[in-house]
Amino acid sequence: MELYPPKPPQQRRHLISVADLDRDDVERILQTAEGFETVMHRDLKKVPTLRGRTVMTVFFEASTRTSSSFELAAKRLSADVVSLKASGSSVDKGESLRDTVQTLSAYDPDVIVIRHPSVGAAARVTEATDAHVVNAGDGCHQHPTQCLLDLYTMRAAKGTLDSLHVAIVGDVTHSRVARSNIQGLLLMGARVTLVGPPTLIPRDVQSLGVEVSHDIGAIAAADVVYVLRMQKERMAPGAAYVPSLREYTALWGVTSARVRPSQLVMHPGPMNRGVEIAADVADGPNSKVIDQVRAGLVVRMAVLYDLLAGPGPAGARAAPRPLAIATQEVA
Amino acid sequence: MAQRLFQADAEPADVIIAGGRLVDPTAGFHGEAADLRIQSGRIAEIGHDLHDPDAERIDATGLTVTPGLVDPHVHLRTPGDEHEEDIASGTRAAAAGGFVAILAMPNTSPIVDSASVLGGLVETARSEAAVATGFMCAITRGLEGRSLTEMGELAAAGAAAFSDDGRPVAEAGMLRRALQYSAVTGLRLALHEEDTSLSAGGQMHEGSVSAELGLRGWPAIAESTMIGRDLGIARYEGAGLHICHVSVAESVAEIRRARDLGTDVSAEVTPHHLCLTDEAVRGLDPTATKMNPPLGSEADRAALIDALADGTIDCIATDHAPHADHEKDAPFEEAPFGVIGLETAFAAVYTHLVEPGMLPLQTVIERMSSGPALAFGLPAPGLARGRTADLAVWDLGASRVIEPPYASRSRNCAFAGRSLRGVCRLTISGGRVAHRLIEAVA
Repeated sequence: MELYPPKPPQQRRHLISVADLDRDDVERILQTAEGFETVMHRDLKKVPTLRGRTVMTVFFEASTRTSSSFELAAKRLSADVVSLKASGSSVDKGESLRDTVQTLSAYDPDVIVIRHPSVGAAARVTEATDAHVVNAGDGCHQHPTQCLLDLYTMRAAKGTLDSLHVAIVGDVTHSRVARSNIQGLLLMGARVTLVGPPTLIPRDVQSLGVEVSHDIGAIAAADVVYVLRMQKERMAPGAAYVPSLREYTALWGVTSARVRPSQLVMHPGPMNRGVEIAADVADGPNSKVIDQVRAGLVVRMAVLYDLLAGPGPAGARAAPRPLAIATQEVA
Repeated sequence: MAQRLFQADAEPADVIIAGGRLVDPTAGFHGEAADLRIQSGRIAEIGHDLHDPDAERIDATGLTVTPGLVDPHVHLRTPGDEHEEDIASGTRAAAAGGFVAILAMPNTSPIVDSASVLGGLVETARSEAAVATGFMCAITRGLEGRSLTEMGELAAAGAAAFSDDGRPVAEAGMLRRALQYSAVTGLRLALHEEDTSLSAGGQMHEGSVSAELGLRGWPAIAESTMIGRDLGIARYEGAGLHICHVSVAESVAEIRRARDLGTDVSAEVTPHHLCLTDEAVRGLDPTATKMNPPLGSEADRAALIDALADGTIDCIATDHAPHADHEKDAPFEEAPFGVIGLETAFAAVYTHLVEPGMLPLQTVIERMSSGPALAFGLPAPGLARGRTADLAVWDLGASRVIEPPYASRSRNCAFAGRSLRGVCRLTISGGRVAHRLIEAVA
């Protein structure tokens, strides 16, 4: 008997980018997430669905809510979870991303959840492992589960995403959340307006199908005001995209005076209170920030479920369309 | 004048290339079938029914014979990074791509900024180079843009030209001085044009694709504004300039304007900028699609093809830039810039531009042979009696999928996985057979 028998080729599904999803995929995941809401209200908040499965979260970048929410989601589904904070350390020692992933893959994880500071890192990981890969953020590129939880939150509050008008406000250039949400919102029939200083809105971004305004007044027409974090670390002298945070807040800060009562206010966190969002807005009746965090748990449960037990590996070939782009034969 | 090209000694060829279609616009051949008799490495005769009992005979019926190609922009990674390329492997790759002469860039470690480093390269080339190889030397010591290299001594030691390639000469005053001083050598400066205050952190061409992918955009003006500045300086000094790897429409406009004003400018474009666009970056594979300057938009590509057709750009150059697999096997933003191109240059241009009717074969041959040779004052290969045999024989009907093994020691090819038409069957450089994929007639 061979010590390491070769694995049969298998369809592997990954969630790398929102662009990999179609409307049906999104609908299915959001419905699955709704189903898990009931579990959250039970005394015993745990289902045995993924018992015996292993989920590894590998974070090369700091994270509070994404890492904790993936970890808890896997645990609520009874999977075994290994959480690694690899921030920089292996790179400092000269280990390549491929080597790190191959090392972890020796434990045969079913899912690897990866966050990495570089665009394209998650896609590279799929080449180095037999596990399903979920992108928990790669540089300024994509953060698909954030998009799904935001869609979930908006739909729960507004009933539908169709024709919903969402204003995304702030530093779009450096935001993977914005990129994923633009794709997800447009996919589901929403309308998107980007609002922010010209230095923080990417050139030619209109080609994605969004409108652009540099006037904060443009948020008045929106149903949802989605506030992005002002990335203070990029505001160092010399890299100044705006003259000062003070001026940014004056021109583009989301304050109670600029928000209508019927509007939802959302933020992916972490918030800089008093910079991009005023404290009274963050804590006010329009704010859905805590709902977003709660949605993150059930949506990530749904994503793990969809990959491992939903249309699942067994049903993947028969499924009308698999979850992710990166459907590939893995030898 | 000092010798500028160096090559390993080998037996001169005695061969008859029979029945091939000759294409050499400067010699007036436009596809006529003829025999070439090469004796002791020289073209002894061009005609019909040629015979020589002492020469071997190659049946080139259905094949195309052109002047050998000249590449003014190659990174041989020697000295210092011989695991990526060395003079032997790089010149074999050149020969396999139909090149009979190449110019190597000086951004090696150590940098080629002294006669002693240059001397070592010349010596190695004399024993290892499969095709004629020239070495560009740095414009500024250490490529740091602060002080001039000893250009007089370097020229005497065999420098082919001067370049800080990989980096711009950032300060206008420094470039002006380099243009003034290099006049004593008669050698050209080849400039990598990039305003790094505009391109800083850039990963790919700035446009709709970079907006979508979240990769930091590299604006077209990072190249074009520097070209405009430097051509203005050259015009003022009455000096000549060569512009490396032009990649965007804005740069073409600057060069066209400078030509109209009578500036002595030559310019090159790479096969990957002629054949691919930033759409290719969507796959986020840095091995094949990350290079400096980055792949431009479709409009940029169209402008480059126009410029090549009307002579605004007079050279095709590969910017062959080998990198080790493990360096390129990284997330896009962490991988180094550069792709290899010697073995695929002609086939890529033939497949993407000649076959679809966008450029005539004659123009491509001119831009890949006499164009770069004349820009750098090198002898232009030609199919003419009495000339040293510097030629390539092509099978333009054959296609192949680009995949390893390559003659190059590296595998970061921009065209990997693509099927390209145009296979080089024979390369004769300096009268010596440098590459051969064809049998003699028994």
